[in-house]
Amino acid sequence: MSRNGRRLYANGAWLGLMYVLTLLALIPLALVLWFTVTKGLPSVIHPQFFFNAELPPCEPRCPEVSNAGVGHAIAGTGIMVGIASLIAIPVGVLGGIYLAEYTVARWSNWVRLGSDVMVGTPSIAIGLFIYAFLVVPFHHFSALSGAVALSVLMLPIVIRTTEGAVALIPNGLRESGLALGLPRWRVSLQLILPAAAPGVITGALLAVARAAGETAPLLFTAFGAHLLQLDPNGPMQALPMTVYQYALLPYKSLQDQAWGAALVLIVLVLGINLVSRWVLRRQIALAGQL
Amino acid sequence: MAVTAEARIAAPAAKGPRDGFRTLVGIVATAVPALLVLIVLTLLGQAMPSIQRFGLGFFTGTTWNPVTDVFGAAPAIFGTLFTAFLALAIALPVGIAVAVVLAEPGHTRLRGLIGTGIELLAAIPSVVFGIWALYVLGPWSYEHIEVPVSTHLAFVPWLGSPAVRGLFNASLVLAVMILPTLSAISRDVIKAVPRGLKENAVALGATWWETTWRVILPSARAGIFGATILALGRALGETIAVTMIIGNQYVIPHTIFQPAYTLASVIANEFTEATGPLYPAALVELGLVLILVTLVVNVLALLLVHSASREARLTA
Repeated sequence: MSRNGRRLYANGAWLGLMYVLTLLALIPLALVLWFTVTKGLPSVIHPQFFFNAELPPCEPRCPEVSNAGVGHAIAGTGIMVGIASLIAIPVGVLGGIYLAEYTVARWSNWVRLGSDVMVGTPSIAIGLFIYAFLVVPFHHFSALSGAVALSVLMLPIVIRTTEGAVALIPNGLRESGLALGLPRWRVSLQLILPAAAPGVITGALLAVARAAGETAPLLFTAFGAHLLQLDPNGPMQALPMTVYQYALLPYKSLQDQAWGAALVLIVLVLGINLVSRWVLRRQIALAGQL
Repeated sequence: MAVTAEARIAAPAAKGPRDGFRTLVGIVATAVPALLVLIVLTLLGQAMPSIQRFGLGFFTGTTWNPVTDVFGAAPAIFGTLFTAFLALAIALPVGIAVAVVLAEPGHTRLRGLIGTGIELLAAIPSVVFGIWALYVLGPWSYEHIEVPVSTHLAFVPWLGSPAVRGLFNASLVLAVMILPTLSAISRDVIKAVPRGLKENAVALGATWWETTWRVILPSARAGIFGATILALGRALGETIAVTMIIGNQYVIPHTIFQPAYTLASVIANEFTEATGPLYPAALVELGLVLILVTLVVNVLALLLVHSASREARLTA
């Protein structure tokens, strides 16, 4: 074979290998989705799975648990992620506005580095931190402390996506607001923020999805509960904790519940992600029109 | 359309004492670096009893005995480093291949689907990977990788005694979990390579692969290295999925298939049951080691990625 023939042959071979490796990367996604759906569906099709909270008493040996459910975990995830959003989204949006509108400030580089580092901070360490801060002083585990731990996780995501969305808004809008004599805060909050809203919402949704799937920071804060608990001052269950706890138990019926909870979780999280991608695409189209 | 930093500097900024808004948002934004410092200081304070008692011996001790109050972190540190690096070794070739494919110019349907797929992989909660690893990946890998390898390659010192829950299977699931980080950041870095470089190579008659291997990947080297370290940081700190599949044995195992422990999973398993003055402090010290290592790794990686993309912009 000629030298050029060999080169072309090698080119084709490497190109093929790159695509094969890429498809290989998608196999785990397909497998995770497939097994979660097939193993979780039998539990999820019973309506009581979503409403019933407690397990029937089953010590020392759990028989077939037919009317058990994860209603308490779904409610707990809703409450804790809700409280966490109330804390993290306003703070994160204001922080993001600072990063995007006052780029020149040297301090903003430190904030940016800090939030990027925080995204990679092990969530279990955040759990330990909140334990020392909000559980030890009050002498009991609480959903509130779990929500604060989740908000610490959400904060850097909201800040960085808000910054990205606000920075997309063309300068003309800013200048026209200032030319009309509006103060900076009204320009930022009443002109720029509404224009950047879809991007900001995307960031908030992604942060909510991340928080809804986190287990580690809740282990020593919300602690978990086997009954429906609605008091944010007491321990509370969450969906990912249900998956974690039930999956490790030796009872088939509880493992099935774990798969069902995993299915609910994955539908929730991937659903939020797909919606946010759609919102983001609108934002980019919108910013192009301005 | 993007607004450059220069354009935003040109916007008239209100000055003087009346710009309270800037002060407000500045203070709010400062919450993030402040939190980071607070987390480290809090953990340091909580770990003090253990630091004072064991000193540097904490890092070399191999015993973990809450009854006699003797705590050493060596097995957990070993497990954490081993699983993270093995996961990286598995994920790196695949991650770079994905990045190369996704960074190709033009937008085809297939590439769009691949990109969405990788992003969804990043969104799957850790605990779902955990239950999948425990009931699907672990048994499969035990039967089709570990047992054949152990029987045919038993003379290799580190291979043998297969187990469903162990170091190797934990590394496998970690590799899947860090893949999106690795490929998304590498893709951005590869995309930032100046087009002129690529066009020069093509004009000289280089094939697609020669351009990629000899021109694009070398000039994206620093950034890809940064992405790799960032992925390493994720692997070091991953808790729940690893806790479910690593086997939870506080030992330094003799083979890569055996059960072990990581820093994060020791904390996850034992912290709520830890009593006495020393036991919780020792666990918090594990957390302190973990957070300090990931902090250093992350800062290093971010600086590498940023300087790589800035350099690419300057040469463009």
